[in-house]
Amino acid sequence: MDFSLTDEQKMLKESAERFIERDYTFAARRKLAAGELGFGRENWARFAELGWLAVALPEAHGGLGGSLLDVAVLMEAFGRGLVVEPYVPSVVLGGGLVALAGAEAQKDALLPPLAEGRLMMALAHGEPQSRFNLADVETTAKENTGGDGGYVLDGHKCVVLNAAAADRIVVSARTSGTARQPDGITLFLVDRQADGVALRPYATQDGRRAAEVGLAGVRVGGGDVLGAVGGGLPLVERVVDDAIVAVAAEAVGAMDALIAATREYLRTRQQFGVPIGDFQVLQHRVVDMFMACELSRALTYRAAASPADADAGARGRAASALKVRIGEAGKLVGQQAVQLHGAMGMTDELDVGHYFKRLTMIGALFGDAGHHLERFVALGGAATGQGP
Amino acid sequence: MIAQPHRVLKAMELRLSEPDEAFRQEVRAFIAENLPADIKRKVETGRRLDRQDYVIWQKILHARGWIAPGWPEEFGGTGWTPIRKYIFEEELAMGSTPAIIPFGLGMVAPVIMAFGSDQQKKKYLPRILATDDWWCQGYSEPGSGSDLASLKTRAVADGDDYVVNGAKTWTTMAQYADMMFCLVRTSDEEKKQNGISFLLIDMKSAGVTVRPITTIDGGSDEINEVFLDDVRVPQANRIGEEGKGWTYAKFLLGHERTGIAAVGRSKKQLMKVKEIAARELSGGRPLIEDRRFAEKIAMAEIDMLALESVVLKVLSEESAGRPPGPEASLLKIKGTELQQAITELLVEAVGDYAHPYVPEALEDGWNEEPVGPDYAAPLAPHYFNWRKASIYGGSNEIQKNIIAKMVLGF
Repeated sequence: MDFSLTDEQKMLKESAERFIERDYTFAARRKLAAGELGFGRENWARFAELGWLAVALPEAHGGLGGSLLDVAVLMEAFGRGLVVEPYVPSVVLGGGLVALAGAEAQKDALLPPLAEGRLMMALAHGEPQSRFNLADVETTAKENTGGDGGYVLDGHKCVVLNAAAADRIVVSARTSGTARQPDGITLFLVDRQADGVALRPYATQDGRRAAEVGLAGVRVGGGDVLGAVGGGLPLVERVVDDAIVAVAAEAVGAMDALIAATREYLRTRQQFGVPIGDFQVLQHRVVDMFMACELSRALTYRAAASPADADAGARGRAASALKVRIGEAGKLVGQQAVQLHGAMGMTDELDVGHYFKRLTMIGALFGDAGHHLERFVALGGAATGQGP
Repeated sequence: MIAQPHRVLKAMELRLSEPDEAFRQEVRAFIAENLPADIKRKVETGRRLDRQDYVIWQKILHARGWIAPGWPEEFGGTGWTPIRKYIFEEELAMGSTPAIIPFGLGMVAPVIMAFGSDQQKKKYLPRILATDDWWCQGYSEPGSGSDLASLKTRAVADGDDYVVNGAKTWTTMAQYADMMFCLVRTSDEEKKQNGISFLLIDMKSAGVTVRPITTIDGGSDEINEVFLDDVRVPQANRIGEEGKGWTYAKFLLGHERTGIAAVGRSKKQLMKVKEIAARELSGGRPLIEDRRFAEKIAMAEIDMLALESVVLKVLSEESAGRPPGPEASLLKIKGTELQQAITELLVEAVGDYAHPYVPEALEDGWNEEPVGPDYAAPLAPHYFNWRKASIYGGSNEIQKNIIAKMVLGF
């Protein structure tokens, strides 16, 4: 295992941290989150300029050919800044699927504009009944009777991150099989403005945007099928595992910020004539937060550095182990940061509560700790595999 | 196989004597017949209650003579045994009634009874009993939280009045309040606790400004800053002696010590977890049949049973005449931990539908199609909001200090 960063990754880290430090203040972020769009178009253009949108996309299609580790480096800085720009839904999930499964023509059409910030994407996969089971897809795709290779989509996708700002939405639907059957799920590239696509957009608890996406007789062409017909599930599993690594890195950045803020508060807040950080019981609480964060960080970068050709089982185990760890750590750090700030931590004015909410929602995102504990066991745990 | 929610509840119910069981039925029937349907619906669905909702319900209980079970009978209490008080609280929770606002009935009233003048008793107690006045608590200040005795709000005698200057904060529902009971500094003593007095301040006085604080759940109807600028308060509004306010405040902290655990409310919330988990799906089956989730509910239930047992033990000792002990701290810590654990289970139960933030859905009268299941919208905000429970009323860290000192003799 090599945990060191390359020179390029160090530069990426520095530039991301500089951006967060200088240009992404909490006040500015608050304004963006409350605005109509929910994030900054200018920031998105800046991300494109800096190459951040291209970093993990293939070189042949406008990308920089980087790895998940580059994404993790970036996401850790985003976590520190509570960045609301939809990097994970658009780039990691949407872009990731096109890069993974797209035909040449699809990659040519979508990846360069994605990398340049001219096109945004989203993944519409979960459904009201599916909880965290990625195979639980009831949305249907029926082949057009005319034999033109097109399909008609019907169904309801829930909590689709970045749906309203996305130009293209990857929609999963059943072309065969019954509910929760792994085979028979197919991915489609759907224009957000296509007839029959109905969005119900809303803000999320952590200041992002998502929507319920209704699909009623949505017509897509044969050229809009992404990857093999019936073979969508492993693709979704793959990009969701990548997204887990991305949000884990984000959580590590958020935990870092909370630990720093809490330490600072304990050193300055005076009660009983001393800084409350003089009390050992409170020091130990911060030590617990620190240890949880460091374990999470190490596990995150271990998962991020796993070889790109690792088999699905090994990747799944690594992602699930990480998600369990991050869920528990994020809860501990978030709850204790609020607790140690006392009633101040309960206020909307302070950033602490906003980090807490983001960590809570990362805990629920892409399957909660309980779900991933079960998946980790089902995939054989740590004992059977050499691990990445 | 997981039992139905109502069946599990039955197993958790206390075995009561026949007269006590009859009492329970009487309370249950009264609530069913008298709680206004719109208020009940708001409580059940986690929507915001306004001032009137609380006042209407408290006046209904008052009319029945049941508003102040904790009071001595001479002032309007019920004369119930401790177990009946407990049954009553549980039925209030099970019946989806609004929480009784504690600041008047549970907090300032006992202080007035114990230390107030006859005139003060006559003036305030009937109005508290009837919920004619809404009270708030002026304790915490920006610089004085856990170290409450360091408070700086100052009252200077001027003729028959005090002139009060300072700032109070985290003041719950001060925006509704007619009166505030307030700790102020009347003198600087070597032991800072000795310079504190207990004043009753009319919130309509000139110089009182209430400013709402938005909390992390997005609400701004709960806590406030209260600024006091040259507020004239008659000296007649001081409780007891000047400089003895700290003693009175401490008396207040030891009062009503079993209610703080809110076992009845937790029991009700656990039923809600089960109801939701019975409706949510996981792998095509009800979530409540998911072994891992069922075990989590079971752990919370076991914690609840243990907590309830402590409450019952304290109540039975109380009826045997034993003076109050330091159980309040244990009940506060474990009670709030359980409440918080349940809020986590509720969020966990709805999976991805924890994400949508739909504050309109918490307002009464909102009748658009919900995002996801109709019970989802309040759950994450409630989880965020309930982090306050381990902070307010003496943080759980301070409660542990109290146990360490008072019980364990450190």
